[in-house]
Amino acid sequence: MKTLIVLLFAISCFLPNLASGTVIKLTSGGNIQMAIDNAQPGDTILLAAGRYEGHDLTIRKPLTIWGESYPVVDGMHKGNIFLVAAENVHFKGLHIINSGKSTMEDSAGIKFFDSKSCTVSDNLLEETYFALHFSNSEEITVSNNRLFSSAEKEYQTGNGIHLWKCKNSTIENNTVMGHRDGIYLEFVTNTVSRQNTIEGNKRYGLHFMFSHDNSYLQNTFRRNGAGVAVMYTHNVLMQENLFEENWGASSYGILLKDITDSQVINNIFRKNTIGIYMEGSSRNTFQNNSFQQNGWAFKLMASCDRNTIEANNFLGNTFDISTNGSVVLNTLNQNYWDKYEGYDLDKDRLGDVPYRPINLFSMIVEKIPAAVILWRSFLVTLLDRMEKVIPSITPENMIDNSPKMKPYDLGTAHS
Amino acid sequence: MYKLLKYSLYDIVKSRFALLYTLFLVLVAISIYQVSEDMGKVSLSLLNIMLMIVPLIAAVFASTHFFNNLEFTELMLAQPVKRRDVFLSQFLAVAFVLSMALIVGFGVPMLIWGADVTILTLLGIGIGLSVIFAGLAFLASVMTRDKAKAIGISLSFWIYFSLVYDGFVLYLIYSLADYPLEKTTLGLVFLNPVDLGRIIMLMQLDISALMGYTGAFFQNFFGSFQGILISSGVLLLWMLWPSYFALRVFRKKDF
Repeated sequence: MKTLIVLLFAISCFLPNLASGTVIKLTSGGNIQMAIDNAQPGDTILLAAGRYEGHDLTIRKPLTIWGESYPVVDGMHKGNIFLVAAENVHFKGLHIINSGKSTMEDSAGIKFFDSKSCTVSDNLLEETYFALHFSNSEEITVSNNRLFSSAEKEYQTGNGIHLWKCKNSTIENNTVMGHRDGIYLEFVTNTVSRQNTIEGNKRYGLHFMFSHDNSYLQNTFRRNGAGVAVMYTHNVLMQENLFEENWGASSYGILLKDITDSQVINNIFRKNTIGIYMEGSSRNTFQNNSFQQNGWAFKLMASCDRNTIEANNFLGNTFDISTNGSVVLNTLNQNYWDKYEGYDLDKDRLGDVPYRPINLFSMIVEKIPAAVILWRSFLVTLLDRMEKVIPSITPENMIDNSPKMKPYDLGTAHS
Repeated sequence: MYKLLKYSLYDIVKSRFALLYTLFLVLVAISIYQVSEDMGKVSLSLLNIMLMIVPLIAAVFASTHFFNNLEFTELMLAQPVKRRDVFLSQFLAVAFVLSMALIVGFGVPMLIWGADVTILTLLGIGIGLSVIFAGLAFLASVMTRDKAKAIGISLSFWIYFSLVYDGFVLYLIYSLADYPLEKTTLGLVFLNPVDLGRIIMLMQLDISALMGYTGAFFQNFFGSFQGILISSGVLLLWMLWPSYFALRVFRKKDF
């Protein structure tokens, strides 16, 4: 019985391919467009290893394009390479290079319109303007692709994985390097991004707007031009991601603008100029995150309300929290602050003296960035001490009433 | 000259100050290493010692030593030796003992518990500041006839460089906040050895924060080879000029 189930399962896995009619084999130099036009819906076009040229290869029926040991499809720097408007189109194992470069038509390696149930997996895309571009599509799976661009300036390249008005999709295990935005989502709902590595992109690692009910799990965002910026969205889950080494005056681990009802859990923010910058955001939960060696761990603007920052570790940051006003409508609770100097007499592992994570000098630096040069001088230390004893300038309510005495043991995917 | 230096050194070692100072530094280093296991925190705690305590002790010790040895100096001046040699032997002995105390006091714990580039830079800055404040103290000493006054002037040098000066810079930045101040602040930093040392350390300790805004400008400067050359050159200049002027006064001084 058991073997039968396994057998059935194995068959069902191959079913899309088996059921999909004939396999059309192309050899190096073959005309892909002709093969597509001649194929019946559900056929598989198998590209043998070698080199193929062509651009604006248009697919309007269910097809599988399968490459044997990464055949090169060269767009010759003209237009889009593949254009898809159909259901059940699958790309696998291709090496796609040299799309056109046009901001007018957003040239892409593979571009999908109004498609459904399509997959793009195990492909290598190099020197494409946009790499994978999806609009008005659903149930898309993008997995195990490697997307590289060697553009020097932001305007010379498009986004790695670009989704516009899509839903119910999965983006996993991809590597995106050197593009403008690593992953760009606009009007995208119910989509999961998992275990992607987004590194060294010119603008944002992850950029989404108006994209509700999505989750971002176990991704790595490293050394992107301006880190990660996400806006105008509610109900987002960000879990176990790593945000690392985003350096620069306007570079953030995450910039959250107008994000509501979202959860940021179990992430690591390491060596960013600003770990999290948040403005105009409400009702978000930040839990079990680890902030390590950032310039500013958290910039919490006064326009945020009802956010909860709870049970996080703050370790070795230059400034833990800074803000721009005196109003604080957010809750800080039971975090571990390595700068906390209180004591715990009743041994409940929570400090008996509240911790004020904002120091006076970070308020000064917020107003006059040039003053950062005086950091760690005796004068500034003295001022901070005085402010800690008698708070007069720093917001009265930015306070953790029960700071943790020992750091949390946050075992995450990246530690 | 060599002989004079030898006797001056003997003299300081005999006073047991060197031993006590070294012991104090060893104790401080051990306690810091024991409390925090993270290298970043160790260098942070050491930074405050280096920028505050070390210059203070250097300044006070140097001026006290000068006056304690005044009789010996006067005796030497009656001998057929150059005034320059008498002064230099005194100064170099003090600078040497202060530096050795630092190297032994912090070096031994570092050997035991490990060190990184940051801590070694810190040690270098500590030595630089010791020499600078010893020089300033000698300058204060040759300009006055009274021991208490000399110590007072040395202390005011110390207060000025570690507190007052920064207040002045902060005030300047605050009142001219609307202007681009990067180059001005960079220039101002060079006028204070304590600030210079502190900023060289900041470049290593708070690099993430400094990548923003003004910091990037400083990072570009202090991170480049040219910047390192200029900043260490300026630090060297700070080590030389107070003792040079002290020497010039000493040569013409009527004892």
